[in-house]
Amino acid sequence: MSSNTKASTPALKKMFDRKTMTDTRVLLIITIAVFLIMYASAVIFLGKGFSKPQTFFNILNENAALIILSCGMSLVMITGGIDISVGQVTALCCMSCAVHLDFHNGSVFTALLISLGIGLAFGLIQGFLIAYLKIQPFIVTLAGMFFAKGMTTIVNATQFNVENEEFKALKATRITVPGMGSVNKAGNYVPAYVEIGVIVALVIVILLFILLRWTKLGRGFYAVGGNNQSANMLGINVTRTKFMAHLLCGFLAGIGGFVYFMHVGSGSPSHASGAEMNAIASSIIGGTMLTGGVGNIVGTLFGVLSLSTIKNIVSSLGLDEAWWTNITIAAMLCIFLLVQSVVLARKNRKKA
Amino acid sequence: MEKNSVLEMRGICKYFPGVRALEQVDFTLREGEIHALMGENGAGKSTLIKVLTGVYHKDGGEVYIKGIDKPAVIRSPQDAQNVGISTVYQEITLCPNLTVAENMYIGRTKGLLTNWKKINADAGKLLDDLGIPAIPGQQLGSCSIAVQQMIAIARAVDMNCKVLILDEPTSSLDEQEVAKLFKLMLDLKKKGVGIIFVTHFLEQVYEVCDRITVLRDGKLVGEYVIEDLPRVQLVSKMLGKDFDDMADIKSESDTENIDYSSTPVYQAKGLEGTTGIKPFDFSIHKGEVNGFTGLLGSGRSECVRAIFGADKVNGGEVLIDGKPVKINKPLDAMKNGISYLPEDRKRDGIVGDLSVRDNIILALQVMKGFFKPISRAQAEEFADEYIKLLNIKTASSETPIKSLSGGNQQKVILARWLLANPKYLILDEPTRGIDIGTKVEIQKLVLKLAGEGKSVTFISSEIDEMIRTCSRLVVLRDGKVVGELKGDELTQNKIMATIAGGES
Amino acid sequence: MSSNTVKKQTSLAGLAKSVVRKQIFIPIAALLILVLFNLIADPSFFQITLQPNSEGYNVLSGNIISIIDRASELVILAIGMTLVTSASGGQDISVGATIAIAGSVVLRVLCGSNTRPDTLQAPVIVAFIVCCLVSMLFGAFNGTLVAYFKIQPMVATLIMFTAGRSIAAWINNNELPVISDPKFAYYGNFIPGIPIPTPVFITAACLIVIALVLKFTNLRLYSQAVGINPHSSRLNGINPQMIKFITFVILGLCVAVAGFIKVSRLSTINYSVVAKDIEMDAILAVALGGNALGGGKFNMTASVIGAYVIQFLTTTLYKYDVDSAAISAYKAVVVIILVVLSAPIVREKMGEVKKKLFPAKTAKEAA
Repeated sequence: MSSNTKASTPALKKMFDRKTMTDTRVLLIITIAVFLIMYASAVIFLGKGFSKPQTFFNILNENAALIILSCGMSLVMITGGIDISVGQVTALCCMSCAVHLDFHNGSVFTALLISLGIGLAFGLIQGFLIAYLKIQPFIVTLAGMFFAKGMTTIVNATQFNVENEEFKALKATRITVPGMGSVNKAGNYVPAYVEIGVIVALVIVILLFILLRWTKLGRGFYAVGGNNQSANMLGINVTRTKFMAHLLCGFLAGIGGFVYFMHVGSGSPSHASGAEMNAIASSIIGGTMLTGGVGNIVGTLFGVLSLSTIKNIVSSLGLDEAWWTNITIAAMLCIFLLVQSVVLARKNRKKA
Repeated sequence: MEKNSVLEMRGICKYFPGVRALEQVDFTLREGEIHALMGENGAGKSTLIKVLTGVYHKDGGEVYIKGIDKPAVIRSPQDAQNVGISTVYQEITLCPNLTVAENMYIGRTKGLLTNWKKINADAGKLLDDLGIPAIPGQQLGSCSIAVQQMIAIARAVDMNCKVLILDEPTSSLDEQEVAKLFKLMLDLKKKGVGIIFVTHFLEQVYEVCDRITVLRDGKLVGEYVIEDLPRVQLVSKMLGKDFDDMADIKSESDTENIDYSSTPVYQAKGLEGTTGIKPFDFSIHKGEVNGFTGLLGSGRSECVRAIFGADKVNGGEVLIDGKPVKINKPLDAMKNGISYLPEDRKRDGIVGDLSVRDNIILALQVMKGFFKPISRAQAEEFADEYIKLLNIKTASSETPIKSLSGGNQQKVILARWLLANPKYLILDEPTRGIDIGTKVEIQKLVLKLAGEGKSVTFISSEIDEMIRTCSRLVVLRDGKVVGELKGDELTQNKIMATIAGGES
Repeated sequence: MSSNTVKKQTSLAGLAKSVVRKQIFIPIAALLILVLFNLIADPSFFQITLQPNSEGYNVLSGNIISIIDRASELVILAIGMTLVTSASGGQDISVGATIAIAGSVVLRVLCGSNTRPDTLQAPVIVAFIVCCLVSMLFGAFNGTLVAYFKIQPMVATLIMFTAGRSIAAWINNNELPVISDPKFAYYGNFIPGIPIPTPVFITAACLIVIALVLKFTNLRLYSQAVGINPHSSRLNGINPQMIKFITFVILGLCVAVAGFIKVSRLSTINYSVVAKDIEMDAILAVALGGNALGGGKFNMTASVIGAYVIQFLTTTLYKYDVDSAAISAYKAVVVIILVVLSAPIVREKMGEVKKKLFPAKTAKEAA
């Protein structure tokens, strides 16, 4: 412990210090490294679009909702649970908002409230069933997913675009990113932009990072996921902690639903289908373990980015068929899982 | 409430379906005393402690705590912490994925946000003070079990509690660590903390405790000042009977007639495990009972695990009845007539949700093979036979094994391996954590088996138990065989000296 | 005399109690409720008639027949899913996607390079065997990840869940082969002259096979032991990894049979729709059967009944003109009611309430 060398690059040193290396940190480092390598090689070998800042921001624009959903998913996964209803809740939120705006002449604000309300209701009920009645999370949220799916069709069975002016204005709002931009073919400088959803998503990432790192509740998530009996003995209210995780996840699904709605501007029963699996995949790639107790919100953000970058790379390679995307995502998930499995197994062997 | 008492429990009752776990139990803890809570397994010690710490909700009685006029309401571990009761459990009750520092402070910090700098600094100081070899920022899972236990103790000690409960904290600690813990306990005692100490080790009780409360079958037997209660009496109070058949088990057996010139039943030459034991030679003859001994972590369990193929074996030669065989996995060993009763019953022994019957036939079934299931009727027969033979207390052979008491679970596992009809039976700590009555039964059984011509390896942390049963002891230190004792050498002093090393 | 009747009553009450406690009670109760509901609402629901089908043969038709027929794939999957759940303590969520693969393989073998052949390019049995082998291979892939790399089953199978339908499309170059030979349709519909749908026979055969396997091998004991305590199983000579692996391969086989029936029903395939969400139904069947999704003990009969309950519910809802997409909402409500009622905490609470409401009765029972 020579404090002199430590002072020079304390943060980095601390980050990579062998002795204080937690599982969470190992996986986070892998995730970020993989994303950076992947994006850098895309820029180098594929050039074209990838060197433009807007390409990167488009990834954010398209995946703002997924980031929010994945954050919620990470929370429950850290406590050792799972929520597979988020995708269909998103669809239900979209459809309800769309119907409210176009058929009932509602305002954007009440639409937002509806969306949040739906998410909160799902979180509340699922959380209650899982935490207080101790029913397996997979079954409860599976039922939640079925319910949301059916309700979406019951609310309205067909797809339609929202024509509400107020909403269309909101949807078209672009926030330029200062200092970033590129020159287009005509020679004009086009500043890079992000949609409102991205700002919302980033704010949520920051808030959740703070929640997980510093608050009692956030640390409780980790403790409960690590070993819930121990957590109980350590004086943590396990039931309430689990409830809060699912409540938050549901609420985030509500926010995610509205953000998704702002991005697509339509209601459809097939919206966000499979989003729950993408969210789980992103969380895993981001270093959250389904066994609980290990994970990081920043990792989840990078998980979503990695996932969508690989999608972009695949399509820019000219492999346009939809199946290639799925196969590459699956392959990537597979590699990540194997790496996690091997890294943690080796680490655990060392200490034994 | 008495003037100098910090805790009084009056008329505590607790019922589980079909069981009266606690019936009208009183318990008093005074300021600055170390109070041993003694009793056999199933006597209600753990239940009483869990009631006190809010893990269980009591069905009757009242708890008074110094400084609180009304009976205290303790409905969760958090309530217990708030009224000044802190606890260290036998099993590690910390979170392996969190850091050492966080484990020490989680659930008891004030304020909404965690001040990482402060808790790391505080934890570092506390770890230094107590001489615990851990870094605050280290992940708890990467510490050894003993260190984890010390950290749990550090957490409990740091809570400025009025009452400190230590529920068998010493089972995973070595001697030095136990000494450290005792010093800590005496320091706390001086500060006026009342300490409840639960342990199976009688020596430890007489080393540090002031008073003893004895429970039996969920009822209070009595509270005694330590000077007034000699060991023999304590044991008889715990058992509820006078106890003298322990001394003369050995005379029943005739282990002297072993033919050492015959081919050994099992012989290992230069057997080398991957779990940190040095290559060793070992052999055992027909009808012989031998033991492996050494301190915790000396490699005694690792040796027998290597013999059974439970851990990967690196090299060496194994002969069964003089013929060379390969033992790479447990099934190989089983097929060669070796049985192994593991040290950690809960983790490696029982299959919790399965019935007693399935647990009994498991090993035999596996040996018979995947395509030859034992018929239901035959399985019933086997189960009933061994339930009767070993006097297993269970409602029926259908009962899931996890609902049996520790001693009875152990008997079921024994039944499993007896049913497999081995030539060579390895028993790793078969008597740990079970009541004295069952202990004696098991010791007797071991000698009976040897009399029938089986070879047995018996491992126990209690040396007198080994002396009573074994005719030969292999002594290990730091993963190496350092001696073999036979006949007259089997005395407490000689064994201790060999274990400790540096003997003349 | 009177004491005799009292005794009989108590033993009856005891019997009722032990029945209620049995695991199989949950799915059977659910089935009975559905039957009762339909009986009251419209007894004609249970009508079975012998009618000529489109090909002019007399076949049985009616809701009950259609339930038993339509549940076939689900029942077959539930068998494999129960084993996987027991041994690995997790579920395989890729079965829908691997059914697409299995179906695609069958069509590929039968059609050869032509997507609309006039005659079959290979015997059906060859196609079936190839399909079994391929499905078992994918099962083995999942099994390897779970058993040897120790990845949680749900996560490991997420890979095939994501890639499966794409692989299925790739096998046939993203084209949709159609088989015109009516003989191929026998397996998913009717064999001429036999009034009972063929899938019913296939399901029965699968059930018999699994019953025999469970009776004449130690699969049940081994997978339960591994699911409950892998450490202890290993020290008793069982190879836990092997057992987990085997259960996934068995599930692969079940998937092959289910996939085969699925494509035979339509004589074609739609990669993105075929067997959609069937993994959720299969898991539900296991859960409805009262099996712990965390692994360990299992009751195969209960799972199978659970699968039929799900199909019964679906058919009942169809009958009341519920939109096929909206059905899932009703299903969800039923599932939640069932799991809430079977949750130990709720049962305990209900017991307390019962005690309060009928103190006299329970006192008598106790005496």
